[in-house]
Amino acid sequence: MTVQEMIAEPPMLEIVDLRKRYSETVALDGISFEVRRHEVVGLIGENGAGKSTLLKSLIGLVQPDSGEIRLHGSKVKLRSISQAGAAGIGMVFQEQSLIPNITVAENILLGSEGSGVRGGFYRWKELARRAQVQLDKIGCDIDPRAITETLSFADRQLVEIAKVLAIEERSNGEPVVLLDEPTSVLDADEIELLFAQIERLRKHASVVFVSHRLDEVLRISDRVYVLRNGQTVGEYDPATTDATELHRMMIGRDAQGSHYHEDRQLPVAEAPVRLRVTGATLKGVCQAVSFEVRKGEVLGLAGVQGSGREELCRALFGAMALTSGEIAVDDKVVNFSSPRPAIREGFGFVPAERRTEGMVATMSVAENITLPHIASVSRGPFLDRRAEATVVKHWVEALRVKTPTTSAPLASLSGGNQQKAVLARWMVSGDLRVLILDHPTRGLDVGAKSEVYRLIRDLSDQGIATVLMADSLEETIAMSHRIIVMKDGEVAAEMACDPGAKPSPVDVLEAMI
Amino acid sequence: MTTVRPGEAPPAGRGDSERPVRPNRLAAWRRSDRISVFGPPVALVLLIVGFSILNPQFRTMGNFRSILDTAAVLAVVAVGLTFVLMLGAIDLSVEGIMAASALSFALLIANNRNEIDLGFFAVVLAVGIGAVFGGANGFLSTRLRIPSFMTTLGVSAIGIGVATVLFGGVQPTIRSAGVTAWATGDIVGLTPLTFVALGVILLGVGLERYTRFGRYARVVGGAEDLALLSGIPVRRYKTLVFAFAGAIYGLAGVMVTIKLGSGIVAVGSGLNFAAITAAVIGGTLLSGGRGGVLHSIVGVLIVSVLANGLVLIGVDSNFQTAVQGFVVVAAVAITNWPLRRRLRVVK
Repeated sequence: MTVQEMIAEPPMLEIVDLRKRYSETVALDGISFEVRRHEVVGLIGENGAGKSTLLKSLIGLVQPDSGEIRLHGSKVKLRSISQAGAAGIGMVFQEQSLIPNITVAENILLGSEGSGVRGGFYRWKELARRAQVQLDKIGCDIDPRAITETLSFADRQLVEIAKVLAIEERSNGEPVVLLDEPTSVLDADEIELLFAQIERLRKHASVVFVSHRLDEVLRISDRVYVLRNGQTVGEYDPATTDATELHRMMIGRDAQGSHYHEDRQLPVAEAPVRLRVTGATLKGVCQAVSFEVRKGEVLGLAGVQGSGREELCRALFGAMALTSGEIAVDDKVVNFSSPRPAIREGFGFVPAERRTEGMVATMSVAENITLPHIASVSRGPFLDRRAEATVVKHWVEALRVKTPTTSAPLASLSGGNQQKAVLARWMVSGDLRVLILDHPTRGLDVGAKSEVYRLIRDLSDQGIATVLMADSLEETIAMSHRIIVMKDGEVAAEMACDPGAKPSPVDVLEAMI
Repeated sequence: MTTVRPGEAPPAGRGDSERPVRPNRLAAWRRSDRISVFGPPVALVLLIVGFSILNPQFRTMGNFRSILDTAAVLAVVAVGLTFVLMLGAIDLSVEGIMAASALSFALLIANNRNEIDLGFFAVVLAVGIGAVFGGANGFLSTRLRIPSFMTTLGVSAIGIGVATVLFGGVQPTIRSAGVTAWATGDIVGLTPLTFVALGVILLGVGLERYTRFGRYARVVGGAEDLALLSGIPVRRYKTLVFAFAGAIYGLAGVMVTIKLGSGIVAVGSGLNFAAITAAVIGGTLLSGGRGGVLHSIVGVLIVSVLANGLVLIGVDSNFQTAVQGFVVVAAVAITNWPLRRRLRVVK
C-alpha cells in the first residue's frame, strides 16, 4: 500500500495510546496500532501483556482510562458489546459464547432478532432465513435449525464467526472481527478449516488474530504486532521475520533453544525399563498397544483426536479399565482398577482440563498439593498442619511456585503456577515413578511453559518415566526421547528423538494422518 | 414430520442423510439426547402395560378418566414450575401461593362468609394475586441477588400466613352450584377442570416454543452469563417467568378450591415436591435449560399412573409411599443414565 493510498483511506480500526490501570496493575500502558481494510493483523504477547484487556476495550466490556479508538477515522466510545456491534466490531470469544441448548439460528441472532420475532412471537422460518444469510457468508452447510450443542467444536466456531458477521447489517460497512485464541480448542484438521475461513473472511472484513502459537500467527497474518507489558513493542512483516525473533520480542529476552531445555535431555538408552505396556486394548478405542518407557525417559504420544491416546493414558492411571493387556512397573505387573492403587504404585497424572480435573480451585495451594497424600501429613485421623506446612513449603520453593502464601486459593494463582502446584502434588510422596502428562502446558504463556519444561527435565533426572501428550508437535518433538504415533487406536510409528537428530514435524504429521 | 421443532433434538436420520456424518462426539450427543427425549414416554407406556396386565380394572376407560382428572392440578402446577426450572432456578412457593389464591378466591366468589360474588372476576383476581407473589419471587431473586431457593421458601411462608389470616377460623365454603359443577361436570367423561388443565398445557407449549418469553427462559437456563453478554435483559425475563409461574399456581389454587367446595390453607399440600419430581422424571433438569412443558407432563402422568396403579394392584397402603419413592429414584436413574457423563462435574 502506498503512502497516497493510506492517506486516501483511513484505516478500518485505529487504536491510539490506549491506557487502562486497575488499582495496582497497569494493564494497558499506551497501546497503539491500526488495522487496514481487508487485512489480517496478528496480535501476540505473553499472558499479562494486555491482550485480553485490549480486546475487551474494543468490544465495550472495559472502559479505557485514556486514549482513542477510531473506526473509519472517527473516534468512537464503546460501552457494551451491542454498541461495539453497531459500530462494526465483533469478537469470536476464546471460551465460546454460544448458548448450547438453543438452535444455531437463535444463537446467531440472539438479542437482535429483527424480523425473526414479531410482538414477542418467534417466526421460526424468518429466523432461519436470516441466520442462513450469515451462514452463507462463510459458505458453511450448518443447519440453522440444529441445536448448537450437537455440533462439533469446529462447527460451533464457524457459527461464532457467522454470528459476528451479523454485525455487518447492523453497522454501516464492513466489520472488524476479533479472533481471540481461536485455535486453542481445535485439532490440526480443524485449524486448516479455520484458516480457510479467515482467508474467506478477509474479502469482506478486517481481522485481528490473537494467538499464543507463533507459527500460526506468522502464517495467517499480513502484519504482526507484539505486545509486552501493556505496550506495543514491535510491528513485523511475517515475510521478513520468524518465530524466534517474535518470541524474543514477546518475552523481552533471548530464549532461543533453551526454551525446551533440550541440552538437558538425559541419555536413557542404557536405563532399565520402568513402565512396560503390553497389548493394551480398550474395546472400541485402541487395540494391542505395546511400548516401554525407561527410567528418566520422556515418551511423546502423538496422534489426532480419536487416535485413542487420551483414553489409553487414562487407562494407564486406572481411570478407565483395560479390556485386555498388561501394565508393568519395574517388572511388577499392575493392572489398576481405579486411580487409588495407581497413586500407591507411584503414578501421577496431570489432566488436560486443569481447571475442572486437575485442581480444586477453591482450596488452598497447600491443600491442593497434599491432596492425594493426605495420609503422609496426618496423625491418625487428624491433619498435622505443621507437617503439611513443612512439606508444602519445600515443594513450593523447589518448584518455584509463585504464591503470596501457601494458604491462598489455588485459583488466585496464574496458570503456570497452578500447573506447578498440580505437578508438586505428585512429587510429595517421594515415590513418583511414572508421570502421565496430558497437555501440561495448555493455556500457559511462553515463560510459564518454559518453567514446566524445566520441571519435566528435573523429573527426568530423578529417573521418573514420563508419558507426554503435548500441545503441539514442536513441543512433543523437543521434549521427548522417543515418539509413538497413534492412529485409529494402534501404534502407527515409533521415532527416536535424540538431541540434535530430532524428526521434523512433517514426518510425525504424516504418520498421524 | 418435515420441519425440526425448536427445542427438540432434530429427528434422527434427517440431518444424517443430508450431509456427511460428523465426528463421533456428535453421534454420542445425539444418542443421549434421544434417550432422554424418548425414555420417559417409554417408561410411561411400560407402566401402563404392566398395571394393565396385573389388574384388568386398571385398563378400563373409567380408570383412565379418573387418572386424568386426578392429574389435572398437578399438571397445571408442573407447567408453571417447568418455566422456573428452565431458568435453572427453583420454586418452593407453590403451596404458599396456592393457599393465598385459594382463600382469596373462596372469599370473592359466592360464599358463606360474606356477600361478595365477583363470579369469573374472582378467578382473575386469584390468578393475579398468584402473579404478584410470583413477581415478588422474581424481584427478590434478581434484585437482591438472593438464591431462588431461599426467596421462594420465604414467599411461600408469607402466602401461607396471608391465607391463614384470610381463613380466620371459619372455613369459607362456596355457595354456587355453577362453580362447583366445574369439578363434577362431564365433558366426554372428563371434568371441565381437566380441560382447563389441557388449556394451560397448550398455553405452556405455545409460550415455550413460539415466544421470546419462553425461548429466553431456555437461553437463561443454558448460559446466563452469555445471555447477559448478548445484551438480553436477563433480570426482566427471570422476573416475568416467576410471575407467570405464580399466576399458574394461583389458578391451581382456584382449581383445588372448586374441587373441595371450600377454601383451605393446606390446598397445595404436597404438590410442590410432586411437581418437581414429575418435572425431573420427565426430563426437565434442575440444572436448567433442558426439557420442557411436554417433558414435565409426561412426568406428571408417570407419577399419577404410578399412584393409581399401586392402589389397584393392592400394594399395602403402608408401603405405597416407599414403593413410589423407589420407582421415582429408579426412573430418574434410568432416564439420566445417558446424561451421567454430562452431569459428571455437577455436584
